Amino acid sequence: MSGFGITVAFWILAALTLASAGGVMASRNLIHAVLFLIVAFLGVSGFFILLSADFLAMAQIIIYVGAISVLILFAIVLTPRAERDNSETSMVLPALLLGTTLAAVLLFVLYDANWNVTNVEPGLSAEVLGSALLSVWVLPFELASVLLTAALVGALMIVRRQEDEEGDSAS
Amino acid sequence: MLSFLATDHWYDLRDLANLYRVVLEGLDHIFPTGLVYVLTALLGFIAFFVVFVLPSQLYVGVYGERRLIGRMQARQGPNRVGPLGLLQPVADAIKLLQKEALTPRSADRLIMWAAPVLFVAPAILIFAVIPFGPRMVFADIPVSLMYFLAISSLPVIASFMAGWSSNNKYSLFGAMRIVAMSISYEIPLVLGLLAVSVLSGTMSLQGMVYWQQDIPTWMILIQPIAFAVYFIGVSAELNRTPTDIAEAESEIVAGYLTEYSGMRWGLFYGMDIAYALGASAFAATIFFGGWSLFGLEQWVPPWLIFILKTYLFYFVFIWTRGTLPRLRIDQLMSFAWKFLLPIALINLLVVAVERLIWTSNDLPDAIVWAFGAVNIVLMVGIVFIWAKVFKYDPKKRPTKPRLVNEPGGYRPVDLEQGGPSL
Amino acid sequence: MTLTLEHFLTVSILLFAMGLVIALSKRNSIGILMGVELMLNAVNLVLITFARFGESTMSITGHAFVAFIITVAAAEAAVALALVISVYRTRGTIEVDRLKLLRF
Repeated sequence: MSGFGITVAFWILAALTLASAGGVMASRNLIHAVLFLIVAFLGVSGFFILLSADFLAMAQIIIYVGAISVLILFAIVLTPRAERDNSETSMVLPALLLGTTLAAVLLFVLYDANWNVTNVEPGLSAEVLGSALLSVWVLPFELASVLLTAALVGALMIVRRQEDEEGDSAS
Repeated sequence: MLSFLATDHWYDLRDLANLYRVVLEGLDHIFPTGLVYVLTALLGFIAFFVVFVLPSQLYVGVYGERRLIGRMQARQGPNRVGPLGLLQPVADAIKLLQKEALTPRSADRLIMWAAPVLFVAPAILIFAVIPFGPRMVFADIPVSLMYFLAISSLPVIASFMAGWSSNNKYSLFGAMRIVAMSISYEIPLVLGLLAVSVLSGTMSLQGMVYWQQDIPTWMILIQPIAFAVYFIGVSAELNRTPTDIAEAESEIVAGYLTEYSGMRWGLFYGMDIAYALGASAFAATIFFGGWSLFGLEQWVPPWLIFILKTYLFYFVFIWTRGTLPRLRIDQLMSFAWKFLLPIALINLLVVAVERLIWTSNDLPDAIVWAFGAVNIVLMVGIVFIWAKVFKYDPKKRPTKPRLVNEPGGYRPVDLEQGGPSL
Repeated sequence: MTLTLEHFLTVSILLFAMGLVIALSKRNSIGILMGVELMLNAVNLVLITFARFGESTMSITGHAFVAFIITVAAAEAAVALALVISVYRTRGTIEVDRLKLLRF
């Protein structure tokens, strides 16, 4: 995979994604953290496009940016008396240590191992993915839809208030 | 049927791609290769924006909309600046540029500044996949339908940023409303467009135009339910007037735009129109045959047909705006979940069965007319059943504002105990 | 220069480590959820990278796996945020170091 445009796009996307992930970690304001998170999601979808998974890139934008981050924003606004700052617990040093160690080990494995790499474009498209989902992966596909329905109903039941069941009294 | 009379000469204005190609080849001799492609793509996009989107915004969106709404409300509309008031949008733009862009002291300055900018970018990106002619499309990607849906879910974030950063009660209400609305209407919208994609067997907008050209038909005749769901859903996502509860002037001042002034407000206003134009162009592509017009596109420039269709659809937006009163938020939310979502699901099921019958029995293309008849009957039947049998009816009395009492400690007036009588 | 497997995997490893640190160290439970989402994204990036560069005839498996992960992430986010709101209603806070009623 080479080419001037692709290389430039890769470095821009890498800087954008990692910088905004750092922003999620560093920013003190929770809303700012979510906005950084959205930029990181967009950067990852850009990587998907670079890796010629354009259907999944679009699905990533629709679901992560359009639904999950919006839900997170919603949850933040609905919990107004909670602390707004995005501070760390006392576990920040062990967490940093663990994260650095993990990254170091994984990077060592990555650069030490000998990957069976091909540079041929696999030629995957939305059609191939769709037929694979409905033939090889049809059982997980149906299970995922059941899971989504269960999550929808479950989320509704969890946030539902007690008064709602007793005839809509004033809150 | 006559073959498409395309030539490759630059003066063949029926396809502006010819002219573009000639310019590109000419410049290729002067500049290094890679630079020309970047430059021409950039210039082409800017030129497209200046030639199509900006005049459409000013003269169809601002001027035409105000004149037409004026006519519908039995008044004149803008008619003072220039002949017939034609210079009114320019005067408005100059006025907006001169005005001071205020920032409240307690606002989050960076986000408040970034929100209009982030609101503009998707409006321009949307037009990248719209086919204006057989070869006149910026990015003919195979998943352009998904691209449209993905891009149109981005401005919600910008609206939320605007509403939250203003640090104003009404702005926050507006932001919450737009977030709730867009997340609710996105689901029936996606399901409706999925039905279109299932029937035509492609996710590319250009492919859908070719599909409609080959049958030949218009998708609105085959898929009336999908069109109705798309129209209602997109007008809710765009905050057009029957559903503009996020910036309802009479309820929450101007929603997320309350603290914006000057050109920052102007960007929101102008880009709302650009989104409406993008949605119109998308509807013209998917449901009205795009640049094709039953063989006439060989004689008339396809891009002209396409732009006219876009404007006609935009006229429908203006029409609904001028005719319908604003809905309440609980009516809109229950309409999305209890009416649009079920009929979009039923429609998807029916279309999938039709597609299966069509492809597995190897029927001729004319069968889609039978499908269209079935779908129209189904649409009338479903709406009738929902209204009469299930008694789907928006509530007459407003429900308790359960969402809005969370953010700011707002307490609703208790109607039972001596509140103002409705 | 040529982009290889290592470039993309380095980015996703760093992203995963950052997500891990966020998920382990944030005080606000919504912040923890954001870290989890970042980690899921990093895993998706790994799968897509191997689907593109890996030597296999079943490359679409990676894409299918990513589609399922996105689905599960959506379900997870919905339930987690519902739990957050529910906890907020009963306890008045969503900070994990104050929610210690069940701690030994």
